[in-house]
Amino acid sequence: MTETCEGGPRTTRRGLLLGLAATVAVGRTRLAFARTVGDARLVVVLLRGALDGVFAVQPYGDAAHAGLRGPLALPEPGGAGEEAQNPRLLDMGGFFGLHPALARLHAMYAANEALVLHAVAGNWRTRSHFDAQDMLESGASERLSSGWLNRALAAVPNPEAARAGLAIGTGVPLLLRGPTPVGAYAPTGMERPAPDLLYRVAALQAGDPLLGPAFAEGLRARGFAAETLGQRTGPVDREQITFPGLASTAGRLLAAADGPRVAAMELGGWDTHAGQIPRLTPLLRILDDGLAALKAGLGPHWGKTAVLVVTEFGRTVRPNGNFGTDHGTGGAAFVIGGAVAGGRVVADWPGLGAGGLLDNRDLAPTLDLRGVAKGLLRDHLKLPVDAVAAAFPGSNEAPAVAGMVRIRG
Amino acid sequence: MVNATWHVAAIRFGLGPRLGEAPPADPRAWLGVQLGEEAPLPPGPSAGDGLRARAEDILDRNRSQGQLTGPTRAGQIARSTAQAWASRRLAAAAPFRERLVDFWMNHLTASRRSGQLSFLVGAYEREAIRPHVTGRFADMLVAAVLHPAMLIYLNADSSVGPNSAFGQRGGRGLNENLAREVLELHTLSPSGGYTQGDVTEFARLLTGWSVAQRAEPFGTIFRRHAHEPGAKRVLGRPFEEGPEAAEAALRFLAAQPATHRHLAVKLARHFVADDPPPAAIRAIEAALRDSDGDLGAAARALLALEAAWEPPLGKLRTPGDYVLALCRATALPEDRPEVALNGMAALGQPLWTAPQPIGWPDHGEAWAAPEAIMRRVDWAHTLAGRLQALLEPRAVAAAVLGPLARAETVTAVDRAGSPRDALTLVFSSPEFMRR
Repeated sequence: MTETCEGGPRTTRRGLLLGLAATVAVGRTRLAFARTVGDARLVVVLLRGALDGVFAVQPYGDAAHAGLRGPLALPEPGGAGEEAQNPRLLDMGGFFGLHPALARLHAMYAANEALVLHAVAGNWRTRSHFDAQDMLESGASERLSSGWLNRALAAVPNPEAARAGLAIGTGVPLLLRGPTPVGAYAPTGMERPAPDLLYRVAALQAGDPLLGPAFAEGLRARGFAAETLGQRTGPVDREQITFPGLASTAGRLLAAADGPRVAAMELGGWDTHAGQIPRLTPLLRILDDGLAALKAGLGPHWGKTAVLVVTEFGRTVRPNGNFGTDHGTGGAAFVIGGAVAGGRVVADWPGLGAGGLLDNRDLAPTLDLRGVAKGLLRDHLKLPVDAVAAAFPGSNEAPAVAGMVRIRG
Repeated sequence: MVNATWHVAAIRFGLGPRLGEAPPADPRAWLGVQLGEEAPLPPGPSAGDGLRARAEDILDRNRSQGQLTGPTRAGQIARSTAQAWASRRLAAAAPFRERLVDFWMNHLTASRRSGQLSFLVGAYEREAIRPHVTGRFADMLVAAVLHPAMLIYLNADSSVGPNSAFGQRGGRGLNENLAREVLELHTLSPSGGYTQGDVTEFARLLTGWSVAQRAEPFGTIFRRHAHEPGAKRVLGRPFEEGPEAAEAALRFLAAQPATHRHLAVKLARHFVADDPPPAAIRAIEAALRDSDGDLGAAARALLALEAAWEPPLGKLRTPGDYVLALCRATALPEDRPEVALNGMAALGQPLWTAPQPIGWPDHGEAWAAPEAIMRRVDWAHTLAGRLQALLEPRAVAAAVLGPLARAETVTAVDRAGSPRDALTLVFSSPEFMRR
């Protein structure tokens, strides 16, 4: 059964907004969706600027680590005494230690809900942020006009009241751009025009190839977001524009029964060429807070969720002259969530000692990031083989990583 | 009779028509004159003023043992230079020149997002960029790269030659950041074929150039004890040890064909189309090559491109462009710069805060996210609510869109239920969103 939204007693503000697209399906569709398509949620967090993976997840068991890293090597876990100035690494099983600012992530790790992938990199070997981010998001060896997550969405049916894909923040990253329409959410503090004026604006923009679809999509996203969050207009909570606030919102939007299934967000500031310890420690804490907020926002749906946290490349193993690190290659990625078979560090560790480093400067990558993403598309979103291949064209040399998510009934 | 040439000139090359502004008789000549005329530097604090203010703030803070409240000297400089930027553009009589200043500021980004230079960016524009927008690119590059703002932004101020006297005492060493971004973003671009070895050599060559932040001379200095000894080789060309090598290498890089090509692509993308026609790129590239990198010649080549004059306008305005165009369209007085600055922040492009050294993106897709477009409409509607009593919507539409207005936009404005709604519709129309 369908109904149009031109006037009539059942027209609500949201109905009117959604009605711009034409008609709105209601009734049994919602139930049918929930039962036939998996309930799995996937969130991708882009860390722009290149996180130093060897700093976040420190291989203190590698004999060369302390010598190469100097002040960037934190005290090993488990020793006597806790120094406030220089806290110890959090134990991950005897070889790797997690940075102490990631305490909540460590609790997830201890609860087998967090997986660390180390010595990982994409298939690119550029040390340019901008090229590497393009390839990370395109899922290919060159910049494409669409992102791998958008192409994957082609195989995910849209829920009744929302797009399956959702960008959190003011922009839509390349990762989520492409032929499949996606929603977007960002808080706003300005006065909003009344629905009928928005309708006339939409009509003016309809013929514009760029603005027409964007505006229609914006209306749809807003109608949806307003209902789920119970906030229609009014001042913005300043906290929301920070990452943890957005992550909490993302969790709540993803928790809606007929809400989005896949979301992308980003956190910048990782390009630590100087003074790495004072710059990275608060940023790691923000990331840690955000991941915890995402989990809290998802509530019971956390059990069906996997969160992939990635960055464009790692950083040089040796600190540079300013207690920072320069652009490198291999680094760390995280997969967390209630659906994740965690509590492990997955790494074919190349070693930091003699001959182990790439170009005698970078952590040598032994795992292809594309395989990690492909494993989640295949095993978590349960996408068919051809859909995974469409997301990552020409990636046969990077097979999907198996065993990252729990087997579900 | 208003013709489309004026609107294209004012919108694409300028900052948008200002309500009440009388169109020039010959819009093309009006633009050309802006490239040639004497352009005295506007007043404003120097980089030295900013650094001195910052040092005094630190002394004050230490003396007061953290009890100090109220605005700092450096914070006031940051605020006043940003306001001067906006005021100047609200009333600009030579808006093409201002657009070129902003274009080159973005090409050679020194972003306030990295903390320690909010009070320097205004001086950076005034000292390194503005004097050279119709001069030689090499002069601009040298002035920009060796300016305190850039040296601090890309960490060169603390890069130390490993074999220098300072480096040998231990603890400090090379930082590649500035060297890499000059090669990748400011000059050759990745297609220019440099190697990691070139980046490292160039970083060694730049060592010693630093900033006196805590004491006289409060500006760029060369610290010989931090300079890497010995000759260096960049792109196969040798450079001698010493302070002169930095300028020599920058001039060498500025003159490379790959640099001219990179600049031509960016200029054509900004003034012609997101995907500019190859002929437009070639024309600008040739102008740069034949004039030894004269940016005035490149700008004149742009004006001569028929592709740059063809309506309908295809570029999506960035949030900054959109806000300035709207403020000018409503004749916002130049003593209200905070309206423009707040609008830019609300729409996602706060002044001088590009997230990364590559600067703000210059293609429509990057700015056409659904929520971003919705916010423009929200902001326009908010401002229209405050200004509706002062403005006649049909006159605004005629002044700012002229013959570029589509019939449906004119009809929608005519039928709007209130002046506020009518203004919102003018400013939400695709023809106003584009340039």
